Amino acid sequence: MNIVVTVKQVPDPNVAPALDGDRLKRDGVAGVLDPGDEFGVEAGLQIAAANGGEVTVVSMGPAQAMEAVRKALSMGAAKGILVSDDSLQGADSLTTAKVLAGAIKKSGFDLIIAGVESTDGYTGVVPQMIAALLDVPMATFAKSIELNDGTVKINRQTEKGYDVVECPTPCVITVTAGVNEPRYPSFKGIVEAKKKPVEQLSVGDLGVSLDGSASQSVDGINDAPQRGAGEVVEDDGTGAQKIADFLTQAKVI
Amino acid sequence: MAKIWVFAECDAEGKVASSALENLAKARELGDAEAVVLGPGASQAAATLGEHGAKKVYLSDDSVFTDFVSQPSAYALWKLAEANQPDMIVFGMDYDSRDIAARVAASNNSTVMGNATDILGADKAQTQIFGGTKVVDVALSGPNPKIVITRPKSFEASAVGGSAETEQVNVEIPDNEKKAKRVERHEEEAAGVKLEDAKVVISGGRGLLEAGNFELLEKVSKAISNSAVGATRAVVDAGWVPYAMQVGQTGKTVKPDVYIAAGISGASQHQVGMKESKRIIAINKDPEAPIFQISDLGIVGDTMKVLPALIEELEKRKG
Repeated sequence: MNIVVTVKQVPDPNVAPALDGDRLKRDGVAGVLDPGDEFGVEAGLQIAAANGGEVTVVSMGPAQAMEAVRKALSMGAAKGILVSDDSLQGADSLTTAKVLAGAIKKSGFDLIIAGVESTDGYTGVVPQMIAALLDVPMATFAKSIELNDGTVKINRQTEKGYDVVECPTPCVITVTAGVNEPRYPSFKGIVEAKKKPVEQLSVGDLGVSLDGSASQSVDGINDAPQRGAGEVVEDDGTGAQKIADFLTQAKVI
Repeated sequence: MAKIWVFAECDAEGKVASSALENLAKARELGDAEAVVLGPGASQAAATLGEHGAKKVYLSDDSVFTDFVSQPSAYALWKLAEANQPDMIVFGMDYDSRDIAARVAASNNSTVMGNATDILGADKAQTQIFGGTKVVDVALSGPNPKIVITRPKSFEASAVGGSAETEQVNVEIPDNEKKAKRVERHEEEAAGVKLEDAKVVISGGRGLLEAGNFELLEKVSKAISNSAVGATRAVVDAGWVPYAMQVGQTGKTVKPDVYIAAGISGASQHQVGMKESKRIIAINKDPEAPIFQISDLGIVGDTMKVLPALIEELEKRKG
């Protein structure tokens, strides 16, 4: 089966983020495959291994996002598609979903897997939009995935616990962190990834129209009122007493 | 006057999700507030929604909205919006709500603003970035309704009295939207005070070294009435404690009287979920940990030494 996993390159989450004008600074900031997407890639690889088929990773981003695609290939994905286009800078979720859905339609799919949200934008709506645009059902917020006879069965995270949800393929699955243990790329995987095919497309190649799309623009960025740091003291053995005194003053004990 | 819709989740007994009541408090400030509530319990929920300022409630008790995940609700809401032309639909960050917001937006070609911490008008909302150090005003353009998803506790829910006019939703749901079937429900709600409602929250991170040491936090919590234990994403992902305990960007947002961060460095993703706490106490061995920049009291020391001493101290003071 043809399993598509959507991936995104994000600024290294271990580096403090900065602004470039009114957008997130990406130039000169090391990019990584979104840690949340590693769970998606791993889920795709496991399903491909158990049911036959291969994983195609699909991404939208500037040329350097190729590194994130290669990382997914080094984990074991068979091929990639990267859509790069200057017109997509600052794209909102729906525009992103239209582009990814266009690329996925072009590649063909039996199953689409995505992380629940990106680590930098974390709106968490693109996968569901892709499902709507491709007119397929979705099984979202999966904590575990089983696939039997064309039906996906997931444990779906809820506010109070989890639901068991069954959904026929083709469909979109979103996976939560912790759904599996993403593998580390092997040395062999890293070498092979360099030779795997990655199709580079622009918006014009997809046959999707983005004219007159809804959009968002930044009106202003201001510093939030900050709470100042209070007393910071080295624990000299009286730290616990200081905490208890503080709790007494706050009238919670 | 702008017509602002709030999408409300409710349970089978008609208890409305807190996010919807919070959002109604804002919606009624911005214009004519109306609510949409779908699934068993909706009729009972309508009364609560009216008390919180909804002038009109579109409702259906049909179980199709809970038997199948998100899609029937998204379809019905989209059709309702087409017929009634709201300027904006506001959602909470609850799981179904996020699914529904996304599908309505895709069907209607609307833009979605996620993680909103304030709504400034029918086409403008505000969000916070970089762990809440900066606020960004965002203008929304394109077709109505604009779709906004708000972070929990962005607004304070309050009943203002009143009752809503109700209208039954009679949208025929196509079979194509009835594919993802909810076959079982499992509730694993922890006993005791709910994390979001606790007056004191004691959260632990990697600094606790191993899962078993969360017992220390339970003991601290036991000594403080009306308190609950939380955790960082790192230790939830590591499987130490269940997701229900996660505080932060992808977990719960808490605003207790006192938040105690034990062995938590204070990554911005964690701060987003707790920095609005009235007072913050941090214990961490690294004096450079970002959590100290937002704490009222910071103890630089070994969390594994401070916690047992704190338990002893609290017991002593209890007498």
